[in-house]
Amino acid sequence: MSTRIVEIRQNILNKNDLLARRLRDGFTAAGVFTVNLVSSPGTGKTAFLQRTLKELLERGTRVAALVGDLETDNDARRLAASGAPVRQINTHGRCHLEAEMIESHLAGWDVADYDFLFIENVGNLVCPSSYDLGESLRVVMLSVTEGEDKPLKYPGIFHSADLAVITKHDLAAACDLDRAALLANLEAVCPGRPVLFTSARTGEGFPEWLAWLAERRAGWPASGGS
Amino acid sequence: MHELSIAYSLVEAAAEAATRAGAQRVVAVQVVVGALSGVATGALTFCWEIATAETSLAGSRLDLVEQPVVVYCPDCRQEGELAGVQLFRCPQCGRPTGDVRRGRELQIESLEIETAVCDDAGGAASAEEAP
Repeated sequence: MSTRIVEIRQNILNKNDLLARRLRDGFTAAGVFTVNLVSSPGTGKTAFLQRTLKELLERGTRVAALVGDLETDNDARRLAASGAPVRQINTHGRCHLEAEMIESHLAGWDVADYDFLFIENVGNLVCPSSYDLGESLRVVMLSVTEGEDKPLKYPGIFHSADLAVITKHDLAAACDLDRAALLANLEAVCPGRPVLFTSARTGEGFPEWLAWLAERRAGWPASGGS
Repeated sequence: MHELSIAYSLVEAAAEAATRAGAQRVVAVQVVVGALSGVATGALTFCWEIATAETSLAGSRLDLVEQPVVVYCPDCRQEGELAGVQLFRCPQCGRPTGDVRRGRELQIESLEIETAVCDDAGGAASAEEAP
């Protein structure tokens, strides 16, 4: 019996990564631009998405959404009020969405019927960062009520996103938002990544957000992938 | 917490590599874990015994090597290692940079294995596994 060291140098792609890769190829082939929204609970993902779906539908853009929560279909019902096809994913305790949940909840939909598919993740800034859902882009969201240092507390997910969206900006004054500190912290964990200040209530930032989406979709798939 | 599913994937990949290398027994698995991989090394170590139970890797050791983030600075034209994951700046000149060259990996670096015979160079691929 002899002992020796064998060099392997092999990436560990877990089942989720392999499935996410297959989903991404499918989305690309179907021409559906997929956006994964991640944030803490209570940031306002659903309100933001409600307005996004409504405004895109008004422009004649074809949109659909999947929304993840531990329990209830409250968010799906709110989003469906926009008129877009929406499906709720209940994770029953799991703290994030996985590629398999996306695949199973798309059953019966022809994704080629849509220009955009939005995925509202479970409110959590830790676990969703490790789960690729096959999205074209990841958007991290943060409300003005959460504290300017949140990007430093959760650097992994803030580093991984293609865009940072600040929500509830209409409340900035009431929260004494330190805008410079917030921007500095976002910049520290991901230099050069764009930041948008928005309010789903007033519509602030939505023209810029929709223009950014359209621009990214126009340059896709060459520039896509997360 | 998803380290258990990662541990299972790791065991599967390592077991296949060990078979290819003609291993009789796997002594240790060396894995590189990047600071941005999203994997908590403590949790992975904790899961190892469970994930290897009743596999060809049962009783093996998991050696984790933590890989810090390495960024490229276009001004300095060189790579630099970051002290953490909260400030993406060139450690030499301080220029912000998000050009990550290392730190995302989750990879099996090497296996320490026992083989039946001290075979000559290149013999590993042809070694047959005896049940």
